[in-house]
Amino acid sequence: MNTFVLGLIVLAYLISLTYLGFKGYRKSSTDKDYLLAGGEIHPFVMAISYGATFISSSAIIGFGGVSANFGMGLIWLTFLNMFVGVVVAFLFFGRKTRRIGHRLNAHTFPEFLGKSYNSKAIQVFAGAIIFIAMPLYAAVVLKGGAVFIEKIFEIDYNIALLLFALVIAAYVIAGGLRGVMYTDALQGTIMFASMIFLLIWTYKSIGMGFVEANRHLSEMASAVPDKLQAIGHMGWTAMPKSGSPWWYTLVTSLVLGVGIGVLAQPQLVVRFMTVKSTKELNRAVLIGCVFILATTGIIFTVGAVSNIFFMQTEGQIAINVVKDVDKIIPEYIKASMPGWFSAVFMLTILSASMSTLSSQFHAMGTSIGRDVVSTLSKKQRNNTRITRSGIAFAIIISYVICYTLSIGVIARGTAIFFGICAATFLPAYFCSLYWKRTTAKAALWSMISGFAASLFALLFMHAKESEALGISQLIFGKPVLFAKIPWPVLDPMIISLPVSIIVIVAITLLSNQKEIKTVSA
Amino acid sequence: MFGISDPGIYLAYLLVFLCVIFAVVYGIVNWNKGGTDNTLPLEEDIKWEEEELKIKEDEA
Repeated sequence: MNTFVLGLIVLAYLISLTYLGFKGYRKSSTDKDYLLAGGEIHPFVMAISYGATFISSSAIIGFGGVSANFGMGLIWLTFLNMFVGVVVAFLFFGRKTRRIGHRLNAHTFPEFLGKSYNSKAIQVFAGAIIFIAMPLYAAVVLKGGAVFIEKIFEIDYNIALLLFALVIAAYVIAGGLRGVMYTDALQGTIMFASMIFLLIWTYKSIGMGFVEANRHLSEMASAVPDKLQAIGHMGWTAMPKSGSPWWYTLVTSLVLGVGIGVLAQPQLVVRFMTVKSTKELNRAVLIGCVFILATTGIIFTVGAVSNIFFMQTEGQIAINVVKDVDKIIPEYIKASMPGWFSAVFMLTILSASMSTLSSQFHAMGTSIGRDVVSTLSKKQRNNTRITRSGIAFAIIISYVICYTLSIGVIARGTAIFFGICAATFLPAYFCSLYWKRTTAKAALWSMISGFAASLFALLFMHAKESEALGISQLIFGKPVLFAKIPWPVLDPMIISLPVSIIVIVAITLLSNQKEIKTVSA
Repeated sequence: MFGISDPGIYLAYLLVFLCVIFAVVYGIVNWNKGGTDNTLPLEEDIKWEEEELKIKEDEA
């Protein structure tokens, strides 16, 4: 790709972001503008922003590579992304969240929980958890984007990281949630268009249609390497062997962990409160589902089908041609797509990273600024200024964490954060909407126990983290507490979410209803 | 189905397609439905209040 043309494309993109960030800045004069985009966002902007925030570069590059390696089982994640992440989230959570949030005058997810239960402790605890746990998720996305820029422009990694962080910081700090959502809409549109092209060109380049390609891929099952067969790989158009390590990782971690974890993502929940009426949410169901199908549905299919392309051109399957799973999709694009599409795809990856990051920074900043500092402070302060400072602080922390991470943790960092959010927030959030009897004490203890159980499972049970961190080895003299399958490969959320559900139900049923305030929605 | 013999995979595709059809139909049918008033009680709010009263009566 001509460097001059590449530079022009990036320049046009940056100018567009600046314009949209400035538009957000001009329209943000109150707390509600800055934190909730004024509460009157267009349904198209809301749905695309939700989808673009949800789908990060790790979903496209990381999970796309996983589907090239392990096949179409990931389509279950697309189904959950659509059914749970959009239909259930918008219709069963979003509608009530929007209405109750407006009524309680809540501006953030922790504030929503705190006001629902009449508990400042819940608001502060939720804000603190987001501020503690989210930088890891933000740092892996930030690092992924910076590495991508480093490779494309052949510039120093440190400069790439700094520039990337500064560009996002500028429009998030200045434009607030309006700036974030306007830029998300542009970035989501780029992602949508390039994915449609990727799908069409993929089938064109292998000379087959959807059904014929699937049949061909089924016939290629014998080409699966022995080491992948040993962990449960049964071919690219078949589920892994039931009960195998890969089956547990696919089903509990990638499909259930990410698929259910989406319901309690603070940066996504807040979007329900940005629209004026349920009409916008009804429209957003259509737009959101089509967007998810066009992003994860396409990349998981194309990832698997790339094996046919590599077999036709190189005589080998994808993982044998490109040894690193994270590089399969970029290499496939380079080898199979027209030259100009590489530049468009680069914008797609940047867009996917930036749309996720901008919302993460906004959520972290509002958590520490509004939910922790402003709530604990007795003095009347300028909330927007505190929130802006919180965002700047969150960006600096994520930037520093980037230097402590290896690139291989991108998909894992995402799954860890989704799991922690589900276990900590989901029962309390669900009960705030649907179980009037729930007490503030039960909600708080459910959040504390969910977070503690997540940490325990990460430190002592789930092999990937406990072996890397070494705390279990230090205390118990073994890398994981239970070495027998499925425990080392079972996602922490499968253990921690039931704990927080049991705690909220048990404490609520045992509580004296006369003494404790209940949900105030 | 779809050239795939494993029900574990073609079922996932089938559900994805059904889900998007549902979303499109739902979105079109309800395109202009839905209120903006956050103060008026909805049917579910009335049920919620009735449940609240029942809890209080049970305790009394």
